[in-house]
Amino acid sequence: MDDAISLSGIVKTFGSTRALDGLDLTVRTGEVHGFLGPNGAGKTTTLRCLLGLFHIDSGTATVLGLDPWRDAVALHRRLAYVPGDVSLWPNLTGGEVIDLLGRLRGGLDPIRRADLIDKFELDPTKKTRTYSKGNRQKVALIAALSSNVELLLLDEPTAGLDPLMESMFRGLILDWRGEGRSVLLSSHILSEAEALSDRLSIIRAGRVVETGTLDQMRLLRRTSVTAHVRRSPEVISGLAGVHDLVVDGGLVTCNVDAEALDPLLLALTAAGIVSLVTQPPSLEQLFLQHYGQPPP
Amino acid sequence: MNRFVGTWALTRLALRRDRILLPVWILVFPLFTVSSASATLALYPDEASRVEAASAINNLPVGVALYGRIWDPTSLGALSLLKLAAMGGVMIGILAIMLVTRHARSEEEKGRTELIGASVVGSWAGLTAAMIVTTVALVAIGVLSALGLTAAGLPAGGSWAFGLAWTTTGLAFAAVSAVANQVTVSARAANALAMIVLAITYLLRAIGDVSGDATAPGLLSWLSPIGWGQQVRPYAGDRFAVLLLPLGFTAAGLVAAFALQSRRDIGAGLLPDRSGRAAASPRLSSPLALAWRLQYPMLLGWLIAYAILSAIVGSIVNDLSGMLDTDQAKQMITALGGTEVLMDAFVSMEFSILAFVTAAYGIVAARRLATEEADGHVEPLLATAVSRTRFLMSHLSVALVGTTLLALTQGTAFALASAAQSGSGDRIASTIGASVAYLPAIWLMTGVVILLFGYVPRLTFVAWILLVGFLLVAELGALLSWPGWLVDTSPFAQISKLPGATLDLTPLIVLLAMAIALIAIGAARFRRRDLATP
Repeated sequence: MDDAISLSGIVKTFGSTRALDGLDLTVRTGEVHGFLGPNGAGKTTTLRCLLGLFHIDSGTATVLGLDPWRDAVALHRRLAYVPGDVSLWPNLTGGEVIDLLGRLRGGLDPIRRADLIDKFELDPTKKTRTYSKGNRQKVALIAALSSNVELLLLDEPTAGLDPLMESMFRGLILDWRGEGRSVLLSSHILSEAEALSDRLSIIRAGRVVETGTLDQMRLLRRTSVTAHVRRSPEVISGLAGVHDLVVDGGLVTCNVDAEALDPLLLALTAAGIVSLVTQPPSLEQLFLQHYGQPPP
Repeated sequence: MNRFVGTWALTRLALRRDRILLPVWILVFPLFTVSSASATLALYPDEASRVEAASAINNLPVGVALYGRIWDPTSLGALSLLKLAAMGGVMIGILAIMLVTRHARSEEEKGRTELIGASVVGSWAGLTAAMIVTTVALVAIGVLSALGLTAAGLPAGGSWAFGLAWTTTGLAFAAVSAVANQVTVSARAANALAMIVLAITYLLRAIGDVSGDATAPGLLSWLSPIGWGQQVRPYAGDRFAVLLLPLGFTAAGLVAAFALQSRRDIGAGLLPDRSGRAAASPRLSSPLALAWRLQYPMLLGWLIAYAILSAIVGSIVNDLSGMLDTDQAKQMITALGGTEVLMDAFVSMEFSILAFVTAAYGIVAARRLATEEADGHVEPLLATAVSRTRFLMSHLSVALVGTTLLALTQGTAFALASAAQSGSGDRIASTIGASVAYLPAIWLMTGVVILLFGYVPRLTFVAWILLVGFLLVAELGALLSWPGWLVDTSPFAQISKLPGATLDLTPLIVLLAMAIALIAIGAARFRRRDLATP
């Protein structure tokens, strides 16, 4: 089976700004792919290139085996898109917009539509002018999820949803993938991508800087270790691969590369371990390492 | 007074946003006034010629209905500024309405007021700032017009009466707009509501003026801010006390608007949003259906206004022959070719002006492409299986079909009303034909919008500038004896003056081909460009 999305060497400039600077991205068929990056990294621009709304300057893009620019209409029958900032026609009702977008995409499943409206607790008779950001997002999500398509493109889809709706949304996405369909989920909410994604790509300044499963990234990354020991463990500070070491009496904290974990634990054991906590790095830490600053 | 906190900051923000638009409007009105007045001055050198022209106009119910009466037939100022007092009052009213809405409801609708309202800004500051900016513009227009007219050689007293009448008429409609901004929830609806009030007051004045006599208008004129402006009677009595009427009306309107403002929530209107359909009608399943859904209320309003206006003018056009009852006039008409010719000239003049209004509708309807794109509504649409061409055709077809319906309505209502009055249907076909003949020029203006939309969607407003330019050329070109090539640049000048003149098909075909070419180039370019996103 071909990949759902395959981008290589995508360059997109706006005037003198290089919004995408040789971006590579592969989304396999049937996976939920997390697309992570801070604001302004190029996530939305990538999605718009994938939809043929922007014309790419160079590189090759294939979505569901089609060229997103030339075959836009044929492609759009097979995918659904939920923009990050959903702007709707103010004097149409939510129900009308759901039907309109669904029909323009080639039809929607009425049972699924009714079920989703119920689950999202949306009043479809209200004019969209009166909706909050979250409700506008629900309209776009319901229209997308009740379409019978192969690929979902979601741009920060839960930014306006409350926690209950967010967890319901996660369930829906996992059901969706269970049916063998693909999802590209752009987000800067790390817990969301972490909980949903089979694989992740991290974008920074228009380039994908890291891609793989969460496990692969963990192997590459460090483990954070907090230990109480009886004797001061002098050997540790000399170990290669141990970072951010703080020794405060019997309390040791540090971040450690995978290959240095074994020597570190030997040293700690020698010092007499009272308690030991090791944690996989959170995606927050991945961001810290990539950007040198916390995620926005 | 806490509700006014931040007014000054918002006023400066509004002035900054309109730093180009506002000076342009403030200059256009006085320039247009002074140039048109000084052009007419030379036409009537002595009192006899003025009295003759003034009584001809006063005896013509159509003229009185359209422009009002000349209260002092000997006055040069009253004669030369007749058209501007009425039509200018309407234009000032439209400017005031749009300015207030732009800075009050429009800001609120886009959510910017919410952002500002959370900072140290009182709840009345937004509306107050909108009123201040509008007042500044109206006062500047009034004062500059008065100074310009005085400099052009007209009496100072009358010039000030004229300028202040404009300012206060504008203020009255600014107050109407301020109230409309409280009642409705969208800028579009607020503008529409205030414009309906404007149209009604114009109609009241027209009926009032016709029903009155040579010394005073009928009662209905006194119920209309446009009527008040005319009853100041610049250069024909200079009744400054009448200015108190629009000022009092403005004050009352503002009290109402502020009272309403404090009783409603931000973003809400007094007319509550009704619930709608839970599911879309089966017809709402194409971009074309969406475009019609978004645009039909406006088109319907235009069609009704066109039908009423054309029927009124059409029913009084037959009076033309009865008006000029002197032997001398009869001889002159016979020499010119009979009353038929006079009627033909009137119809062709009326239709040539309305063609600009129809073209304005076409520009509004086609520009919806650009406003939809700027509002971010096009992104979700084009992410479905809708091609760019199909999207472009949706609003374009509203513009093309809408202008066609308007031209047909105008011609048909005019012809039928006229035929009902005269009992003869001979002129029906030629009258409708005369109205429809302007369509190629009207569509060319739509084509300009599409071309701009394809290249730089931000700049579609340039079509407005072109249209105003062509209107100036048509209205002032002959008067100011501008060179022929300049007058000929206007597509509207290329159309045969129907009925009466013989129909020349060549310009129609050329204009049609140009319109198609502009549309095709614009559409091809739109298919290749990046979508503009908000």
